[in-house]
Amino acid sequence: MNKMKGLVCKECKKAYPAEAIHVCEFCFGPLEVAYNYDAIRSVISKEKIQQGPKSLWRYKDLLPIEGEPTAGLNAGFTPMIHAKNLGRILGLDRLYLKNDTVNCLTLSFKDRVVAVALTRAKELGFDTVACASTGNLANSVSAHAAESGLRCFVFIPSDLEAGKILGNLVYKPNVVAVEGNYDDVNRLCSEVAGEYPWAFVNINIRPYYSEGSKTLAYETMEYLDWQAPDHVVVPIASGSLLTKIYKGFHEFESLGLVGPVVTKIHGAQAEGCSPVAEAFKEKRDFIKPVKPKTIAKSLAIGNPADGFYAVKVARESGGLIESVSDEAVVQGMMLLAQKEGIFAETAGGVTIAVLKKLAEQGVFKRDESVVAYITGNGLKTQEAIAPSVGAPWLIQPSLMSFQEALKKSDALKEEGDR
Amino acid sequence: MANLKVHITFPEEKIKEPIIYEVGKKYQIVTNVRRADVNEKTGWVDLELTGDVSVIEEAVQWMKQRGVKVDPIERNIIE
Repeated sequence: MNKMKGLVCKECKKAYPAEAIHVCEFCFGPLEVAYNYDAIRSVISKEKIQQGPKSLWRYKDLLPIEGEPTAGLNAGFTPMIHAKNLGRILGLDRLYLKNDTVNCLTLSFKDRVVAVALTRAKELGFDTVACASTGNLANSVSAHAAESGLRCFVFIPSDLEAGKILGNLVYKPNVVAVEGNYDDVNRLCSEVAGEYPWAFVNINIRPYYSEGSKTLAYETMEYLDWQAPDHVVVPIASGSLLTKIYKGFHEFESLGLVGPVVTKIHGAQAEGCSPVAEAFKEKRDFIKPVKPKTIAKSLAIGNPADGFYAVKVARESGGLIESVSDEAVVQGMMLLAQKEGIFAETAGGVTIAVLKKLAEQGVFKRDESVVAYITGNGLKTQEAIAPSVGAPWLIQPSLMSFQEALKKSDALKEEGDR
Repeated sequence: MANLKVHITFPEEKIKEPIIYEVGKKYQIVTNVRRADVNEKTGWVDLELTGDVSVIEEAVQWMKQRGVKVDPIERNIIE
C-alpha cells in the first residue's frame, strides 16, 4: 500500500513528490502531505489500532512514513484524564485533559512531531538533523537524535537562559548560540536550511513533522470511545497544532472510524503574543506580526506561519480564539496543579486560563465533552511560577516547633476559608 | 546568482509606498511577486529576490529601514 501520494501546496494545490521540500515553487505556499485515503481505508480499523503499540505509532497508517517507525518509539499515547475537580469548578461534567507533560522522551508534545520527523528524515537518507528553538523542540530533537545516532545541530539565541541550554547540551548535540536579535537568528536558520543538506525538522521536513500532531486528536477520540468531543481548547504558537488536531478529527470521520464530527476548535494565546487571537477578533484574514512579551515563551511566536490557517479552522468549526494575561497564565498553572496534580509549563497555564474564560462566558454546556491539551511540563519553566508558589514552613528540629507551625498554618487556613 | 524567498509585511502607513519597485530600481536585483494580499489597512507579499548575495543582503536591510517587516518565507522558524 502506498499511503502517501506525495506533497501538495495548501494554496495552489500543485503536487510534488514526497521529498524534503516545504515551499511551493510556484506560489510559495506551504506544502503538506497528500494521502491516498482509499488505500488507508482498506487497511485501517479500530481493532487494528487497538492491537497496535501503546505509542503514537498505533496510528502509523495515517502518518507520513513509508516503512516501519525508527525514532521515538515510545512517543505519544499519553494519559487522558477525566478532570472532575477542575470540572466541578468550571461547571463541566465532562472535562478531559490530555496530559502531554509526561510525553516520552522529553516531556512535551514535541516528542510526537519529532518522532515522525526523524523517522521520515532517516527514510529520506539524512544523517544530520537540525532545528531552531528556544525550548521544547530543541530538547526533543537533541534527545531523539542521540537515541537514533544522528548528527544534530540546534540553533538558539545566545541570550537563552542557562537552564535551557543545559537541557540540550546533556544530549551532546552541536548547540550553536547565535548572537543577534530574534529576527537575525530566525533568518540565519532559514539560510542554513537552504545551504546544507540537513533535515531541518521544522523547515524542509515540516510537512512530515507537523503531521505528528494529528495523533493528539486520534488518541482523544479513541479514549472517548471512538467519538470526537464537542469542544477542544488548544494552545497556539505557530498555529500548526490546532490545524492538525482539526485534521485528525476529520480524517477519522472520513475513514468511518467515528461518526459525524462537530467539534468546536478553540485556540488559546497569551495577551503578550496574540497575533492569531487578534486576527480572529478583528475578523482579519491575515496576521499582523507582533513582538512577543509574555512569560509563555513556548507560545511566543510573533509571526506564526500557520496563524492564518488556525483562524480559518476556528471559524469553520464554530470555535473561538481567546487570549489571557500573564497573571491569568500563572493562575491557570496553579489551578491545574492544585486541582488535578498536573504541573504544566506556561503554555498549559494559557490553555487552562482560556478554558476558564470560555467556561465563564458560557461557551460550553455542562454536559458537553471538553478536552484541553496540556502540551509541556512545568519543570521546564519553573522561573515563571517561582514568585507565586509560596515558601516551605521553616521550623526547628523539635516536635514543639512543628506543632506551633501546624497550629499557625491551620489558623491561617481558617482565616482564608472565612 | 543567489535567490531569496521572503515574506514582507507592510504596516498601514507604508501601504501606499512602492517599496518593491524602488528596491528593484535601487539595487541590481530582480523582484518577483508570487503571492500577495494587500488592502487599505495592511498587506503582505511573498517575494523572490534574485541577484548577488551581497546585493540581496543590502536590499533586505534597505527594505527594513524603510519600515516594512522582512521575514524568511517560513516566517518564524524558532519554536
